[in-house]
Amino acid sequence: MDAHAAHDIRSHVKTYYMIFGALMLLTCITVAVSYFHLPIPMAITVALIVATIKGSLVALFFMHLSDERKLIYYVLALTVVFFIFMMFVPLLTVSDKIPGTTVGTIW
Amino acid sequence: MEIPYTVEVRPDTGLSNGKLGVWLFLASEVMLFAALFSSYILLRVGSVEWPHGSQELSVPLAFFNTVVLISSSVTMVMAWASLKMNDFGKFRMFLGATILLALTFLVVKFFEYEHHLVAGEGPWHNTFYAIYFTITGLHGLHIVGGIIVNSYLWGPGAKMWQTEKERFTNRIEIAGLYWHFVDLVWIFLFPVLYLL
Amino acid sequence: MDNVTTAGHAPVGHAHKAHAHDHHHEQSFVTKWIFSQDHKVIGIQYTITALLFLLFGFSLMALMRYQLAFPMMPIPVIGSLLGAANAPGGIMLPEFYNQLGAMHGTIMVFLGVVPLAVGGFGNYVMPLMIGAPDMAFPKLNMASYWVYFIGGVVMLTSFFVPGGAAQSGWTSYPPLSIITATNGQTWWLMGMIFLITSSLLGSMNFIVTIIQLRTKGLGFFRLPFFVWAQFVTSFLLLLAFPPLEAAGVLQLMDKVAGTSFFLPTGLVVGNRPLDVSGGGNALMWQHLFWFLAHPEVYVLILPAMGIVSEIIANNTRKPLWGYRVLVYAIIFLGFMSFIVWAHHMFMTGMGTTMNSFFQTTTMIISIPSVIILSALFLSLYGGSIRYNTPMLFALAFLPMFGIGGLTGLPLGLSPSDIHLHDTYYVIGHFHYVVAPGTIFALLAGIYYWFPKVTGRQMSEVLGKIHFFGSFIFINGIFFPMFIQGLHGVNRRLYDGGVQYAHAQPVLHWNQFMSYAAWGLMLFQIPFIFNFFWSIWKGKPVGSNPWHATTLEWTATTSPPLAHGNFETVPEVYHGPYEYSVPGRSQDFLPQNQKD
Repeated sequence: MDAHAAHDIRSHVKTYYMIFGALMLLTCITVAVSYFHLPIPMAITVALIVATIKGSLVALFFMHLSDERKLIYYVLALTVVFFIFMMFVPLLTVSDKIPGTTVGTIW
Repeated sequence: MEIPYTVEVRPDTGLSNGKLGVWLFLASEVMLFAALFSSYILLRVGSVEWPHGSQELSVPLAFFNTVVLISSSVTMVMAWASLKMNDFGKFRMFLGATILLALTFLVVKFFEYEHHLVAGEGPWHNTFYAIYFTITGLHGLHIVGGIIVNSYLWGPGAKMWQTEKERFTNRIEIAGLYWHFVDLVWIFLFPVLYLL
Repeated sequence: MDNVTTAGHAPVGHAHKAHAHDHHHEQSFVTKWIFSQDHKVIGIQYTITALLFLLFGFSLMALMRYQLAFPMMPIPVIGSLLGAANAPGGIMLPEFYNQLGAMHGTIMVFLGVVPLAVGGFGNYVMPLMIGAPDMAFPKLNMASYWVYFIGGVVMLTSFFVPGGAAQSGWTSYPPLSIITATNGQTWWLMGMIFLITSSLLGSMNFIVTIIQLRTKGLGFFRLPFFVWAQFVTSFLLLLAFPPLEAAGVLQLMDKVAGTSFFLPTGLVVGNRPLDVSGGGNALMWQHLFWFLAHPEVYVLILPAMGIVSEIIANNTRKPLWGYRVLVYAIIFLGFMSFIVWAHHMFMTGMGTTMNSFFQTTTMIISIPSVIILSALFLSLYGGSIRYNTPMLFALAFLPMFGIGGLTGLPLGLSPSDIHLHDTYYVIGHFHYVVAPGTIFALLAGIYYWFPKVTGRQMSEVLGKIHFFGSFIFINGIFFPMFIQGLHGVNRRLYDGGVQYAHAQPVLHWNQFMSYAAWGLMLFQIPFIFNFFWSIWKGKPVGSNPWHATTLEWTATTSPPLAHGNFETVPEVYHGPYEYSVPGRSQDFLPQNQKD
């Protein structure tokens, strides 16, 4: 069992270093893109896409999420739903305002 | 009295208690940082003017720190992998490297903070700096927590390798999951604060 | 002779290990009773601490109710003890009234009800109900309690700092909470950070324990509904609390580090512009706060539903009606609770789209609540009802929660909320749910599980006196609040509305409610006496005096074995409510009994 597991791990080690390389590359890309000073909405989109890719690599491979149990996936899926609410709903309440008023100021 | 499934996995869930516990903890941490990112969005959207991150903050320093933290994630997973391959020496080396890289991150952060504070650009200066200091500060506290846990596992905690190999390996895996999460948060923090 | 040679050669560790095999090593008083890792001891610690906080929080309100009944009159006896800073000449200052109000809410919710419902009942009963030897992480459990304790000490200390305790409501809305010159709010924020941490640690423990430590044969759909309630509650705590922790840090920084997370530009205080950078968003606090605080109110009610369900099944001698429906409803309820929060913010200037969104989700969330309440009512039909004290409290819970829930509807609808927001109607609504709702359920739980914890039964006579007195007076306090609220009497007025013309026709209710409150307080005396007296002098009972079916009653002694709970680990063969199974001589079939 030990020898089998050890062999398994050795193949994973290769993957870890490759992912490390990918993460370094993506970091360089994200910094390089920022120098282009893209219009803000595009800049945000690109930055978040790159960050999501990097984050996914860390989660899937370093955190072994690629072959985790279903239960963990469910917990994370639930968290993602609430995460999205937390990020977008307050923003919507601020942008959808009664015409002629400003939300969150004192006048 | 033995608590079942501390080391061995429960057949129907396929999980050990610690593994499930740490993922639940990480879920709550996602919500913590979600609230902070949400605050960042609200503050920025509601502001009359907001500086581009690179105007105020040092991109080269943060780029260096990003490389440092990602490297520490690699050394962390390698520490666990070394234990799985029964190589305690390599484990010690990789975990030690993780801790050193984490300390490096903090040192760089300290210099970053000092530079701004000396220039009067503290959290009281404007909401950009307020959210910058708060979110990186909280992240930094998480790094400190990780250093403490990892140092314990490198030092006195490592004695468990002599008596309960599998349980100790699980502990390293769990500490690793926490550490990777801290890295993951930075992966989002860096572009949001420094590059946008 | 053998002993001598062995003792001479064997290393200390080896002998110790052999020793531990025979009996668990002796624990000191400190590790057994103070820093215990045993879920039962921790459950008792939570229970006693929480009950004390409930009493203290109640006392704060009793004091406030004097001011409301007799505004600006010196408070007899206690008035002189409050000090000139709070009540010069015995007359309560508005600032002090506000402190009492803010701390009453905070203490009842965070130091009283949740620690009792989750920390007390959850910790003690849940592992027993699932056949587990303890919680998954005993050390973490111990840490949860002590962090709660520290949080409580911080909160109590805040009364004694210069300027007194927090005084901006339990909701701590900025800018008021930040610009108030005193430090009580800072202490409140630090206390909250401890309390939130305690809850987070606890919730992780509960979820892992329920998933991983269920005994053999105990599938999810054989769990007692109490366990399901604790399970969903723990998810609410796990995922909803962190945003408030973040918000608390942000407000703390506004108070001590000069930031302006919640302070808008151009704020003028006392005729002077505030010396901060500005750019903050006061509503941001409300979003972060209510993102937790709405699920928090479900944290207040779900364990109560769980407790009441167990007691109803047991005292009707029949299975709960619609077990699966109850389970799906409570899961749906838990999920929905995360997406209704801005119904607390209908009056903040959000546009009609977002108002409608939250109004809709709020209406939807009432559906699972009604389903659960209906299922519990239907569970009574055809039952062989035993009217013991726990059952009386559990039965009263049903219509009281019904009133609380129904009165929530005009609040959840944006148009009617325009009229009712921030009035006494709101206070009446939520108190009906929490006081004759949850607290009655918690009292029911105490009477019900007391025999398991102590091996003795509480007095039924005293229990019934406690029940009838409490039921009458608690309605006397909270029902008139709807009347006052519909007349537009604002909440948090330090003089109860005396200065407002529109409040005059309904002001007389203030005295009525105050007498009811003091009456309610008097009727807790039989309970307090009963509780302590029965610990030593109550009628001794066996392991299952209620003839219940669930494992905490059927598989272990009263009290349970100190180490590991069960002599033999129970195995479960069927559902949790096998009462009055046709063809059997006994009217209940324990979960761990095959046939």
